[in-house]
Amino acid sequence: MTDLKPDLRHRPSDDRQATALPPDLTARELARWSWRQLTSMRTALVLLLLLALASIPGSVIPQENIDSLAVSQWRDDHPRLAPVWERLDLFDVYGSVWFSAIYILLMISLVGCIIPRLFVYARAVRARPPRAPRHLSRLPESTSYVTDEAPEDVLERAVTALRGRRFRVDAGDDSVAAERGHLREAGNLVFHLAVIVVLVGVAVGSLFGYKGGVIMLNGEDYGFSNNLTQYDDFAPGALFDPDVMEPFSFSITDFQVDWLTEGERAGMAREFVAELAYETEPGGETKSYDLRVNHPLSIGGTDVFLIGHGYAPVITIRDGDGEVAYSGPSVFLPTNAQTFESFGVVKAPDASPAQVGLEGTFYPTFAMGRDADGNLTMPASVFGDAFDPLLSLFVYTGDLGLDDGTPSSVYVLDKAKATQVVKDDGQPFRMDLRPGDTVTLPDDLGTVSFDGLQRWNKIQVSRSPGKLVALAGVVLALLGLLASLFIRPRRMWVRARRQDDGTTLVEVARLDRSSGGDPEDGAAELDGVVAALKGTTTKEDET
Amino acid sequence: MTDEWFEVFSYRGVIGAAVLYFLAMLAYFYELAGLRSAARTADQEGTAGAAGAAGAVGTQAVAVAAPRTAVAARLGLVLTGFAAVVHLAALVARGLAADPNRVPWGNMYEFTISGTFVVALIFVVSTLRIDIEWLGPLVTTFVVAALMAAFLGLDDTVLPLPDALNSPWLVIHVVAAVISTGAFTVGALLSGLYLAKARSSSTTGYLARVPDLKVLDRLSYRMHAFGFPVWTFAVLITGPIWAHQAWGAYWNWDPKEVWAFITWVVYAAYLHARATAGWRGRNAAILALVGAATLWFNFIGINFFSSSSQHSYAEGAAPEMSVVVGLAGPAQAVEEVGVVVGPDHARA
Repeated sequence: MTDLKPDLRHRPSDDRQATALPPDLTARELARWSWRQLTSMRTALVLLLLLALASIPGSVIPQENIDSLAVSQWRDDHPRLAPVWERLDLFDVYGSVWFSAIYILLMISLVGCIIPRLFVYARAVRARPPRAPRHLSRLPESTSYVTDEAPEDVLERAVTALRGRRFRVDAGDDSVAAERGHLREAGNLVFHLAVIVVLVGVAVGSLFGYKGGVIMLNGEDYGFSNNLTQYDDFAPGALFDPDVMEPFSFSITDFQVDWLTEGERAGMAREFVAELAYETEPGGETKSYDLRVNHPLSIGGTDVFLIGHGYAPVITIRDGDGEVAYSGPSVFLPTNAQTFESFGVVKAPDASPAQVGLEGTFYPTFAMGRDADGNLTMPASVFGDAFDPLLSLFVYTGDLGLDDGTPSSVYVLDKAKATQVVKDDGQPFRMDLRPGDTVTLPDDLGTVSFDGLQRWNKIQVSRSPGKLVALAGVVLALLGLLASLFIRPRRMWVRARRQDDGTTLVEVARLDRSSGGDPEDGAAELDGVVAALKGTTTKEDET
Repeated sequence: MTDEWFEVFSYRGVIGAAVLYFLAMLAYFYELAGLRSAARTADQEGTAGAAGAAGAVGTQAVAVAAPRTAVAARLGLVLTGFAAVVHLAALVARGLAADPNRVPWGNMYEFTISGTFVVALIFVVSTLRIDIEWLGPLVTTFVVAALMAAFLGLDDTVLPLPDALNSPWLVIHVVAAVISTGAFTVGALLSGLYLAKARSSSTTGYLARVPDLKVLDRLSYRMHAFGFPVWTFAVLITGPIWAHQAWGAYWNWDPKEVWAFITWVVYAAYLHARATAGWRGRNAAILALVGAATLWFNFIGINFFSSSSQHSYAEGAAPEMSVVVGLAGPAQAVEEVGVVVGPDHARA
């Protein structure tokens, strides 16, 4: 079996395949040649497949803007490869020069391809259907019959029949030419233009938009107002202007979550609701909104999302003098998404006689783990809800690294110059606190109490201008795609000629200009037109 | 009728459907065996028909020669149809088994039983409109194998949906994804058949039974032309809308999204190459199979091997990230709507 021959009937505008490099190019010719190369169909195809290929690394290698933690971990695990990867932009594939180069070239190729085609299309729409070829019987789909009728009558009926089939019809001397399905190319053009619209929408969003996250303690005392200083992490677009930030503010008055306590998914949490009290502008009316997953709050062009939650034990540190050196809820970050076992630190730099730092784990529902033999192993949290909360902390003292003015994370204790507080036997001093407990620290450092439990939410705020442009672009692209896939451009011709014996030879031919059409459909259309031509004949004969 | 009742009913329905598909497959195999021996007899007797003629003609000749094989083929189709009805009932019961009731697209087991149903449905519906019954042996074999894999290898407990999946977009997005996956799969079967037939010169057996290359090529194209707009709708319209609602950004370059995009680009290249570069037949079939490979890698590979995908639906594939703030729930959670809070966000 041999391969099918490529279809040679493609449109003239598609034929601009790569041309051979002529000798002795002038700069102008070279530019022209390069442009031809770039806008050729083959290049577009290669670029498309290259784009697919270039997307792969980003799904395998951790990406800086998606999971920066995984990136730093990867760097630690592969100290030799990391610099190479770094140089190749493999930690930021979708923002890299080479990835951008591919899609920008693709866009140029697309524009270069689409503009000439727009002109071709504009001409084609106004053009009359091409005249009937000399030998209709040579077309792949054709038929003929002989009748006694005058050619004019046959052609007249052909015009009506073809118009009835929504063809554009052009009647000639001895033939009728008809054409339909121009919308296919229109769909094609719309699709390609819409791709550009999508890209513009996406570009606007990533240039002018921003995305930021903030961890917010629950309660009216802890408000957030939308300006740069309030964010924990903030990722602005390259042309972001802080003036566009809408001046809303909100606080979380309550947070509810439904923990499943039975069934297969016991331990799973559902139906998170954070009740927001918000003002769209300073001094404005306070409104409330139930912020839930899948139900962001939209304020102007900005959206507010609920994306995380956790516990903040309320801890008070009294120093050796009995003064309160620290008091308040401390955000502990979950290290386990299921049990909400969380890690956190507390720093009391102003405590006297010495600074006090606490570091440890919070277990919402504390239990000792057991191994297969039933022996007690590590302490653990067995459930995400706070059924039996326990706070287990180690104590550090000395220089916590807060005095030299360098910024440090609230979630990390700098132990470089601090020393761990130990018991008399030299083992690290550890305290296990349940709510209401107070523990006295060794060495007259003071006391630590676990006063209660607060909750916090991770809130994401994002503004992506141009998202509706992008959406409109994709919808438009889909419509264009449907037209370009399912509208079949085709031509039909009917020729009627008086023969020497006085009868009329009627030839009908059809040309399908698309691919993938059913031969049966084409035959049916051809038969239909012939039947229309003949059917009326019989009727007239009867009268 | 309780949830448990529906769950058991659904399991039995899936098993029943699998058995029916299996019987259909046997009927089709019986038909093929009959064709082979009939063709051999025809060959030996030197009768016109099977030996030299093209597939379709050969089939007719053989069908006339051996009515029993024709009955087997008919039986195969009827059984496949029945199986699809039972399959649908099992799917509905699966949705009713959950509390609250929902669409049965919460995990890979449910996706697999839904996707295989769509493949069977596309096949059965297509037989009403076009001559495609000869695809029966392949379709039933594929569906039986996929159902077995779903039963043996995938977590199949009925679980409530996590919040992120609890959205009307689940229905729209997943329906579109499943339908286009089914269409692409049938298209890939046809492209594979095309390549096999192009290499074979056999005048007997299954490859001689299927229509000629031109028809295979065209049918494959039509499956892809149907699947592509639906895939576009699923991946580039409903996906981003939902992602924006659930995760706060309409495109996150999540591995699942990346591979859905890759699949889209490959199929776009397939259609583009056919429309403009005149790629037909072999090249187009290879490109279509590449597309199918990316599609199935996305479904299987990303679910099982990617630790960072927010679309990780496979049991036990949940990420063990060091610091995750999630609304998703348990470790075998369906959707990890988490953010990683790095320890280096300076607050002090």
